[in-house]
Amino acid sequence: MLTTPVLDYNLLAPILIILGGALVGVLVEAFAGKSDRVRIQLPVALISIVIAFAWIVKIHNLYSATAAVGSVSIDGAGIVIQGTVLALTFVALLFIAQDDHFVSQASALPGSEEEAIAISTGSQMTEVYPLVLFALSGMMLFPIAHDLITLFVGLEVLSLPLYIITGLARRRRILSQEAALKYFLLGAYSSAFFIFGAAFLYGFSGSLSLTAIHEATLAPGGSHIFLLLGVIFLTVGLLFKVGAVPFHAWTPDVYQGAPTAITGFMAACTKVAAFGALIRIYYVGFSALQSDWKPILTTISMITMVGGSIAAIAQRDVKRTLAYSSITHAGFLLVGVVALNRAGLSALMFYLVAYGFATLGAFGVVSLVQDSTGEVGDIRRWAGLARKSPWIATAFVLFLLSFGGIPLTAGFIAKFSIFTAAYASGNIAIVIVGVISSVIALFFYLRVVLTLFFQEPTSDVVTVAAPPLMVKVGLSIACVITVVLGIYPDAIFNFVQSLSNLLL
Amino acid sequence: MNIVTLTILAPLLGTLVLAAVPQANSRLVKIITLATSLFTAAISIAMALKYQPAKGGFQFVESHSWFKAFSINYAIGIDGLALVLILLTTLLVPIVVVGGWNESENGRWSVKTFYMLILVLETSLIAVFAATDVFLFYVIFEAMLIPVYFLIGGFGRGERAAAALKFLIYSLFGGLLMLAAVIGIFVVSLRQGAGTFDVTALSHLKISHQTQNWLFLGFFIAFAIKAPLFPFHTWLPGAAKSATPGTSILVLGVLDKVGTYGMIRFCLLLFPDATRTFAPYIIALSLISIIYGAILAIGQKDLNSLIAFTSISHFGFIVLGIFSLTSQGISGATLYMVNHGVSTAALFLAGGWMIARRQSTQVDDFGGVQRITPVMAWCFFIAGLSALALPGLSTFVSEFLVLIGTFTRYPVAGTIATLGIILAALYILYLVQRALQGPVKEGNEDMHDLTLREKIAIAPVIAALIFFGFYPKPMLNDINPMTTNLMSHISIADPTPLAGK
Repeated sequence: MLTTPVLDYNLLAPILIILGGALVGVLVEAFAGKSDRVRIQLPVALISIVIAFAWIVKIHNLYSATAAVGSVSIDGAGIVIQGTVLALTFVALLFIAQDDHFVSQASALPGSEEEAIAISTGSQMTEVYPLVLFALSGMMLFPIAHDLITLFVGLEVLSLPLYIITGLARRRRILSQEAALKYFLLGAYSSAFFIFGAAFLYGFSGSLSLTAIHEATLAPGGSHIFLLLGVIFLTVGLLFKVGAVPFHAWTPDVYQGAPTAITGFMAACTKVAAFGALIRIYYVGFSALQSDWKPILTTISMITMVGGSIAAIAQRDVKRTLAYSSITHAGFLLVGVVALNRAGLSALMFYLVAYGFATLGAFGVVSLVQDSTGEVGDIRRWAGLARKSPWIATAFVLFLLSFGGIPLTAGFIAKFSIFTAAYASGNIAIVIVGVISSVIALFFYLRVVLTLFFQEPTSDVVTVAAPPLMVKVGLSIACVITVVLGIYPDAIFNFVQSLSNLLL
Repeated sequence: MNIVTLTILAPLLGTLVLAAVPQANSRLVKIITLATSLFTAAISIAMALKYQPAKGGFQFVESHSWFKAFSINYAIGIDGLALVLILLTTLLVPIVVVGGWNESENGRWSVKTFYMLILVLETSLIAVFAATDVFLFYVIFEAMLIPVYFLIGGFGRGERAAAALKFLIYSLFGGLLMLAAVIGIFVVSLRQGAGTFDVTALSHLKISHQTQNWLFLGFFIAFAIKAPLFPFHTWLPGAAKSATPGTSILVLGVLDKVGTYGMIRFCLLLFPDATRTFAPYIIALSLISIIYGAILAIGQKDLNSLIAFTSISHFGFIVLGIFSLTSQGISGATLYMVNHGVSTAALFLAGGWMIARRQSTQVDDFGGVQRITPVMAWCFFIAGLSALALPGLSTFVSEFLVLIGTFTRYPVAGTIATLGIILAALYILYLVQRALQGPVKEGNEDMHDLTLREKIAIAPVIAALIFFGFYPKPMLNDINPMTTNLMSHISIADPTPLAGK
């Protein structure tokens, strides 16, 4: 006889709230009038995030491995990652609220009459809000998933909406749609790797649960080759999502093509969620196999750090530069994964917070720099922007300095703590490589500072759009967090540290 | 409130006041800056009077938890070394403000921005010398590059943006190497019980020789870039060429001393075994710096880069003194840091005024300046004499101490270093001959002599050069206990004099 599974709704509520918000958004899209949609969608999305966040705060020290029949585990690290994703999405939505960056009707061909009509009648589709919430629910499930099937479901739920919204840019539609297609094809490819790896692991252990896999690795016997193949394929699938070298090739194209606010959302939130899942898989599932995967991940981390920063130097387009910078950061974050100690875990989570907000802010600024045809990507045309709008330029520089790990910004504390964890675990080589690639990376961050502050403005008509209120709020939040975490990291860091635990 | 913290905060308060002043009122901006810097100088003098040289160790200590997870504290305190360098900073800033009253007018940004940057720089310079927590030191060490970057890039001349970038990249590169070493020493302390960044606690760790070597190099390269020591010096001439005189004084006179300060405070104190291992090589590098800097200075056509190359030579002397590992050498090097700061200030002040009047930085464009503007020429001449360490000027005392210290342990190195003195006479006298003497060159006829403001600015500098030339005792009283403590802590004794040999 079948027994009904017992679900602990209290612990699963944050995800359910977000899903509920997304469904409300779909209904709004279907039934609300053209002019009302925009005004309803944003508050619906923001309010559901706030409620979900409050719920997370409420349950932050209730841990359970059986909340959903063992398929998710609610623990400190899961809570921190979920809270981070929620907070980041909140800010990302403030940038996404610039409606004129999205197609008015996704089905209308670029430049067609249909599109012209859609624009002139002001019929703005707002499917982007529910899609973001759906992706968010996947991002919340992914890092707490405790078996491989749930992981896969989380991965797909977060990816599919992203494939769609990547293609929704109003300007440069072809580029945007090309990016969406690339992202989709390569994403499907990496999902295949993931599921392939899951199958091998099932073959090895006879179970899909991370705990069971862990126990099976401890037991003598078993087919080690299946285990290794499983670990490798799973790793490939996950590294694709975080954009580590050599699985990074999609990142620059997709980041460049997607609507800029969405790029920020992807770069920040996907990475947080994916690293949340990575931590769980390696710290819980494969912890007994460190001698097998540590050398692999260490190497990948090194080539990601160095490769990403070298490639970034050659870029001319701001979004591509930031894409390579985010690849470099994936390398730094992997340093925290291979540290494999509690200090590494808390440093990694702090890093995700610091990186996430700076990334959102940086892409938020990019979305403001425009000429008559839309955003200006070419960094050379940003020359002298500091003179036209000093505050926006200063904010951008602040985010870049944080990426570069200059003291008194959040990025420095993050880098410091993650390197300390790696050093303490005895992995000094990775610290040295990390330091060297930091210098290389600094070169292109500083070049941007140089362009903005020390070059004369060109006669070009590049301007900084007067930021709408929402964008101003979003940028301010990102700035404040970047500075506060840099000057006074104590409170947040202690909080993260106290929650640095994973249920086996 | 702790008097050191007060000294650190005073310029920062001035910055906040400046932020509220309207941009257009540049006169008010300058007056507020001057008042702030004088106020800061007064506090630091009060601090110096309260300081008890005989007591040794860190005084006026204060410590607050800052970042608990890594036991990082806002921990400050001063000893003789920190005291003299803080005094150098606080006393030079008002001179820079008065001497370069108009130099901020032609910048990319407003006068207000210039002085806000100067005051932020002053705060970080004081804090960097006062920090007794390695992490705090590191944070300020890196963060203070940002105001300098904007001071050079925004208010300099010529290839200023490129020079600023080069300066920043070099410094950050060194800084990141140091970060690895800072993390390393923290992890060592973690393994030996409690993780700490407190410099005194760290100096009691037992670190294996091998580890010491690596950590030493991490710190040393960062400091050698800052100092700057051959072969890490290439950023300096460009920066000096592009910066305004005031910025140059603060960069060459004070900021670069953080490098040599760090060598004493961290390299020697924390890694004594590695210090002994590397000392001969570093002495070789410092000798190269002395000779190379001097030879290149002789050939320079640009006045600012000439001064920069003389500084490279002088920094060679300072590093030589430190790594001679004798008490005269280290005390002499510390005294040298202060004297070089004062002497550089005199050179850049007088040189800056000459350049501003002639609108040229080329040495050959001057000539016969002595006849037209005798006071200015004399000031420049005295500044030049201080650079060649003429007996009777304060620089002589320190150079002499460094040489004695070196001779007792490394007689050959001492002999080679004395060549530097001869070369110094050459580059200074050749410069004086080309720029000040001879027939009046075309374009120089309309130069006017120093104004009252300029005289007020340079008078204390020249007075200090002469006063401490005859009576260095007050400074040495502060410095010597520090040296004695350091030498006994790292258990290095002075070589016994070889009597009668």
